[in-house]
Amino acid sequence: MEKEKLHKEPKTKDKEQSPIIEIKDLHKTFGKDNKVLKGVNLTLNKGEDLVVLGRSGSGKSVTIKCIVGLIEPDKGEIKVFNENVLHISKKELNEIRVKIGFLFQSGALYDSMSVRENLAFTLTKHKRDLSPEEIENEVMEALENVGLADAIDKMPSELSGGMRKRIGLARTLILKPEIILYDEPTTGLDTITSREISELILDIKHKQKTSSIIITHDMACAKLTSDRIIVLKDGVIHAEGTYEELEKDEDEWVRSFFE
Amino acid sequence: MILNLKNTFAEIGETTLFAKKFFKEVFIPPYETKEFLKQCYTIGYKSLPLVAITGFIMGLVLTLQSRPTLVKFGAESWLPGMVALSLIREIAPVITALICAGKISSGIGAELGSMKVTEQIDAMEVSAVNPYNYLVVTRVLACTLMVPVLVFFADAIGIIGGYVGINIHGDVNFYRYLTQIIQSLEFLDLFPATIKTFFFGFFIGMIGCYKGFNASNGTESVGQAANSAVVTASLSIFIIDMVAVQITDLFF
Repeated sequence: MEKEKLHKEPKTKDKEQSPIIEIKDLHKTFGKDNKVLKGVNLTLNKGEDLVVLGRSGSGKSVTIKCIVGLIEPDKGEIKVFNENVLHISKKELNEIRVKIGFLFQSGALYDSMSVRENLAFTLTKHKRDLSPEEIENEVMEALENVGLADAIDKMPSELSGGMRKRIGLARTLILKPEIILYDEPTTGLDTITSREISELILDIKHKQKTSSIIITHDMACAKLTSDRIIVLKDGVIHAEGTYEELEKDEDEWVRSFFE
Repeated sequence: MILNLKNTFAEIGETTLFAKKFFKEVFIPPYETKEFLKQCYTIGYKSLPLVAITGFIMGLVLTLQSRPTLVKFGAESWLPGMVALSLIREIAPVITALICAGKISSGIGAELGSMKVTEQIDAMEVSAVNPYNYLVVTRVLACTLMVPVLVFFADAIGIIGGYVGINIHGDVNFYRYLTQIIQSLEFLDLFPATIKTFFFGFFIGMIGCYKGFNASNGTESVGQAANSAVVTASLSIFIIDMVAVQITDLFF
């Protein structure tokens, strides 16, 4: 309840509107005629949690993968921290990527590494001057943030689905990103674990002052975490508003998500 | 038929572009020394028992099979030299490379394929770590350097196998056996055979990495990547061997 109250407080409308990600007229076609994105326009403001809803295959994951340069769009503009990521060098893109955390649906933990090595991996690649003690401290801090300090020596195969997501989140947080992109963070988890992950997303937002795009089908997660929601349909944004606004939307198709 | 041929050429082209990236990335820091050494250990040290057993059997069988023919011509004394030449110039490099294609190329194909399918390669990419540099360059470099070492090892064990084979029917002193081998070998027997093993290693690593890196999404593609890596790597070993023998024949 306490967290829900916390969530209700900083609504987007009341805050300073400072775009941190701006997507304009984004198009992407796979194969010859599988048009997934047909002109997506999206803005993420600083300090905001934006939830993206839509049916499977509506282009939600493709959109966030375009933001980090995993998928190259056919047309459009993506500005992150005022830099058009489609027209910058690989080095510049990597500098931006360090400031963006990406939580994959499966957690995407490196199977051959322990939890400690998974977390230390990214850190050692970007902060080569850190001593082993400093790395250990940062790893412990990130694990404590997700409540899994005990799992430090485990291998990914020994972790449950919820633990994998938490560790994935810890690995994302270790570089202290300003933006976090969540790709279905609660998919495949039971109701209690899903709620724990949703609360964790909210905690991270308040502790680390991050801005997030959260792709989800889990309406409980959307209700708890969203400052604003957009609904994708047929490759374009079909509806936009707060949870409460969209819950009472005139469009029956939009309302069906909330039933 | 024409479509298959077109696909084959398209794949050769894509593999070439993938390999071209290696020569660009290998010189660009950061150098993943720790991962490279780990791969050398996995590819080299962990393949030693398999290569040792195969090498020993190759030497033993080759001696036992060649002996009756040489005895017929009264040339039994040529046996150590003939076995050593056959092993060093052709049999040990090709058989060891084929064993490595089966063990290493399929292993790399399956490992990288499963990393691709479970988005681990994407995770590396979005965390601003170059997955090609970390995964491909280290493995290809380790294969290129470790396969020749394994071939040298197979040569040595094969020669010991030959010694055991000779002593099944006779009683030859090991020192004399070795002296005969060294007398029958020339530098030019070793040089081309060693050069081609670097190419074997490069292709084994590169094909395994290419197949794994390009696995499509789905667990089925992991098996396909491993399988395809073995078949393609084995075939390329024979092609490289044929080309190497032709070149050796021209110049030496």
